[in-house]
Amino acid sequence: MKKKIVCTLCPIGCELEVEIQEGKVVSVEGSLCERGVKYAKDEIENPTRCISSSIPVRGGKRYETVSVKTSSAIPKDKIFDVMNKIKKIQLKAPIKLGDIIIKNVLNLNVDIAATRNIEKDKSK
Amino acid sequence: MKYDRFVDLVVIGGGPAGLSTAISAKKNGIDDILLLERELCLGGILNQCIHDGFGLHLFKENLTGPEYAQKQIDELKTLNISYLTDAMVINLTKSKELEFIHRTGHKLIKAKAVILAMGCRERTRFNIQIPGTRPSGIYTAGTAQNLVNLQNIKIGKNILILGSGDIGLIMARRLTLEGMNIAGVYEIMSYTAGLERNIQQCLNDYSIPLFLSSTVTEIFGKGRIEGVNIGKVDKDLKPITHSERFVKCDTLLLSVGLIPENELSKKAGVKITDFTGGAVVDSELQTNIEGIFSCGNVLQIHDLADYASLEAKRAGYFAARYIKSKQKRYNRYKINFCEKIKYASPNYIVENKEAIIVSFRIKKPAKNVVLIVKDRENNILVKKKFIRLLPSELIQIKLEREVKSDIYLEIE
Repeated sequence: MKKKIVCTLCPIGCELEVEIQEGKVVSVEGSLCERGVKYAKDEIENPTRCISSSIPVRGGKRYETVSVKTSSAIPKDKIFDVMNKIKKIQLKAPIKLGDIIIKNVLNLNVDIAATRNIEKDKSK
Repeated sequence: MKYDRFVDLVVIGGGPAGLSTAISAKKNGIDDILLLERELCLGGILNQCIHDGFGLHLFKENLTGPEYAQKQIDELKTLNISYLTDAMVINLTKSKELEFIHRTGHKLIKAKAVILAMGCRERTRFNIQIPGTRPSGIYTAGTAQNLVNLQNIKIGKNILILGSGDIGLIMARRLTLEGMNIAGVYEIMSYTAGLERNIQQCLNDYSIPLFLSSTVTEIFGKGRIEGVNIGKVDKDLKPITHSERFVKCDTLLLSVGLIPENELSKKAGVKITDFTGGAVVDSELQTNIEGIFSCGNVLQIHDLADYASLEAKRAGYFAARYIKSKQKRYNRYKINFCEKIKYASPNYIVENKEAIIVSFRIKKPAKNVVLIVKDRENNILVKKKFIRLLPSELIQIKLEREVKSDIYLEIE
């Protein structure tokens, strides 16, 4: 099977034609550099993504939510499972950038970490 | 006039450009700086851009918007640069007097130099004149981003997106992750406006359909939006008769372009170019008003926050040099460009020893083309091959050689 994908590692955006047999990449054409070949292999055989979301926070100064992200990329087919875990959470201020909100989510060896400081609102 | 304060440099705006330019001016020897931000927090639009992909150029790491902002804010604070939030500048004059409103009152200050870093705002339904009723449920993509990411507000369940700008694509993914249905992304042009990476990772990853050469021709609904008519457009972007079909939705997001926010600049007499909606500047990012500089999205719309920050860094350097030297301006040469190019910035070149950075955007997608930069004697200053050029990509080139005449940018 042949599949066309665009390499997104740099702005050139090589259009890659990838030959796939039984889920494995056997050849990549159209890449200007070696990185494109690896990109195609990763994208077809083991696609991963970083995801971000926001979680409601009570008692925060100026913010109703805290933004979070996966500490590294997760398998693409686990995105919605991870989102379902994130959606169940509510937090209380204060929160510090880098705080681990969920440790080792779904045993993927990836944490969900806060990406913003949320101070406590003393008037609330 | 009685001024509340005299200050060497005022920076208007505390987003990726304003923070970067203030930091740069300080590092280049200006101690007396005041940065004014109208929101309650520094960081500008970065605060609501919770996705990653920021910082790859400026910090050499992959950060989310809030993390990128925090790094800049930390540096601003370490350098003891003074700033005010909740401070809205309401007037600027060509003699660099600024009026602003703050919770401590109305202030009038005078600066030796001013850097404009106000960013941009989104085009709205009004700007693109969509006919139909006027129901609720119509948002610009950035407003939706603010409501969802910062205020935890559900904006709708079945969302149609008009325009393929980056914020619209990012929101298509974000809302899908939150469990909403995206009824489709519709783009009037025959090519997308957003970055290739976002087409892949925000639309293709989630099988969100993208329709090119299509636009919303009418909005329906009383109270809340109930749906829209989608029409195919011809080469002149006019809707084709009888091509219309009704698509149901309860929310419409508009991601149809950004406008540099130059109302203040105009008050000071800063010349604006129709090509970008930003100021006419020279290669030192100085406007036609001496001592007023412009950078970031208020000058031209950048694809990445990194590019806005890097441009702002240069503006900070040149503003610092201006304040210290009070030098008279050097000769200024013009930057001209061929009809395939939509615009080039800056507009003029100052004769000096600094490397000159020219950014440009192409009008239509092109493959296997060569960019040639020539001087008046037809000497080739830069020759660069591009496998692919897209209108969605701002290209930057560096002129290392000293320039002593007008230059011309040509695509072959």
